[in-house]
Amino acid sequence: MNIIAVGLNHKSAPVEIREQVAFVPGALAGPLEQLTLLPDVLEGMILSTCNRVELYATGHDAAAAIIRVKAFIADFHRVPAATLAPHLYEYHGEAAIRHLFRVAASLDSMVIGEPQILGQLKDAYACAQDCGSTGIILTRLLHRAFSVAKRVRTETDIASQAVSISYSAVELARKIFGSLLDRSVLIIGAGEMCELAARHLVNQKVASVTVANRTFERARQLADQFRGHAIPFGDIPEQLHQADIVLASTGACEHLLTRATVEQAIRRRKNRPMFFIDIAVPRNIDPAVNDIDNVYLYDIDDLQSVITANLKERRKAAEKAEGIIDQEIGRFQNWLAGLEIAPTIAALRNRLEDIRLGELDKTLAQLKHLGPKERAAIDSLTSAIVKKVLHQPITVLKKSQTDIAGEQYLETVRRLFDLEPPPEGEKHGNKEMT
Amino acid sequence: MSIMPILLFKTTLLFYLVATLAYLAGIITRRPGAATAGRWLMRGGFVVHCATLATRYLVIGQTPVTNLHESLSFFAWCVVGIFLLFDLRYPLSVLGAFLSPLALLLMLIGSAAPMEPQQLNPILDSWWFPVHVTLAFLGNAVFAVAFIAGVMYLLQERMLKSKKFSGLFFRLPSLDTLDSINYRCLTLGFPLMTMGIVSGAVWANSALGSYWRWDPKETWALITWFLYAALLHGRLAIGWRGRKAALLAIIGFLCLLFTFIGVNLLLSGFHSYEAFTGR
Repeated sequence: MNIIAVGLNHKSAPVEIREQVAFVPGALAGPLEQLTLLPDVLEGMILSTCNRVELYATGHDAAAAIIRVKAFIADFHRVPAATLAPHLYEYHGEAAIRHLFRVAASLDSMVIGEPQILGQLKDAYACAQDCGSTGIILTRLLHRAFSVAKRVRTETDIASQAVSISYSAVELARKIFGSLLDRSVLIIGAGEMCELAARHLVNQKVASVTVANRTFERARQLADQFRGHAIPFGDIPEQLHQADIVLASTGACEHLLTRATVEQAIRRRKNRPMFFIDIAVPRNIDPAVNDIDNVYLYDIDDLQSVITANLKERRKAAEKAEGIIDQEIGRFQNWLAGLEIAPTIAALRNRLEDIRLGELDKTLAQLKHLGPKERAAIDSLTSAIVKKVLHQPITVLKKSQTDIAGEQYLETVRRLFDLEPPPEGEKHGNKEMT
Repeated sequence: MSIMPILLFKTTLLFYLVATLAYLAGIITRRPGAATAGRWLMRGGFVVHCATLATRYLVIGQTPVTNLHESLSFFAWCVVGIFLLFDLRYPLSVLGAFLSPLALLLMLIGSAAPMEPQQLNPILDSWWFPVHVTLAFLGNAVFAVAFIAGVMYLLQERMLKSKKFSGLFFRLPSLDTLDSINYRCLTLGFPLMTMGIVSGAVWANSALGSYWRWDPKETWALITWFLYAALLHGRLAIGWRGRKAALLAIIGFLCLLFTFIGVNLLLSGFHSYEAFTGR
């Protein structure tokens, strides 16, 4: 049984191509059904986000299944296959498993460590499950992918640092203040960047938000959004000492806050630390302010360097994550191989038992004069023969579970004895194996 | 029976060694299991350490601080005890990663020092002896924690100010946490230290007839006391927090180290071990 993955992502295709093959999130039932009805395809799942469209499937013949799925994508969206061909990637077997695990662990995302992809993958799986297009292999694979993602998130630093301006401001604030629960925030300005950064801070459940703007009305509007209060622009030097975190983003051309003003504020605060975030260009706050003890001033370049440092950490974490993924792939493959053997051996035993019972009945019917002891003896004789005949082949099958020869043997056994394929293959009763 | 304390001592050392390795592994690899292992190893080591001191006391028949080996062992015990206390309130693996090597170092130096117990000069024998020593050592241990927190604070603050972030940045706790550890250490350690000095004076009076003899250790202990008193006052009244508090905690502890070890090694006087044993 083979697992395949076919699709494109933000690295392999521009958005103009991606948007042509995106599947509508709520309407996956139709395409899923069509997908699994394809010959050569047994189980199927569709993952469609703004950054990737991927189809996962299982089939006995990986190459054939891949061809079918590629054609399906083109046909379903009525896009010429030639247009898509240079952008589609395909994986099968271990590579497909690795790809899925990497996607789930957010290693394949635009920003390594982003949290959304796992939720999107879970939704895609839930949808496929509801539509009945998943069988035991994809189910197990997806569950394994979720736990791999969890392992990566808990055992590495991949998701622990911020990689956006506003998140990094929050992260720095936490490094200074610990919890932000009792802190007060002063926002100077009221533009869009201000709003975004402020929102992140407020999400940390700060105690109070104060807004100041040259236009009092705009200050009031922003303050209402965050259930804070507005103060007149001129009051800033007076009120400055009350704020733990100050966010500045106005269009002013000269410095709004000078070193002297801040020194005064920090003295009034008895040296309780202050964190200034100056995301304006030109800067609103005198850079010399950073030299004051217990005051920390970050401008937009500084925040960017935090992000760079974080990305470096994430890349280190990504290496560690790849190691975790290697481990998990090994485990999954062992399971996959084991899956094949059990039903195969069971089917083999059943086949021979059928033959034995059939012949036994026929023969015993002709030897009516035999007593119960003789019948029992013949029964156990035939049983023993079958057992001994099967013993060696079964041992070999079990032993070669983890190497490539094992799958060949299973395939051979199935053909030689004309055994049914494993249960999930009964989706379309496809006995024809290429 | 007399090898029992030494055996237990070495076992304790082993515990602290493995705990240190566990904590450092936890810091480097960020695996939560490593820090947890370190914590339990420290707790286990502490229990064995209690047994070490208890058996040592039983074997030599007096409070086990008669020579450098015993003093260091006892001090390490105090450090670990105080650390475990702080660990309950501030479970920071970084704290463990700094303090477990400190405990280990003390034990290692202690193991190098001669282990022969000295006989206490009989005129000094009273129950003030263990009281004075315990109070002083506990105070020292608390200030050791403050020292570590101070070092971490300065490291973290340096990175936040200069905006150059090393891997350590991501592992150190917030400035606020470190500053509040500093504060708690001060409020816990200063009374301990004060009582340590006072109990020492009372003991001196009961044994020798005068409260204060201005021997080097007493003098330096007083200097250190004034330093921490200034820090406490500064914190409470003037707002000496953050950077200043961290610096003073470091300077204070260095002063303390000199009082504790330097005086014994460099200067002679009443507190030196020779004087204790009346040789």
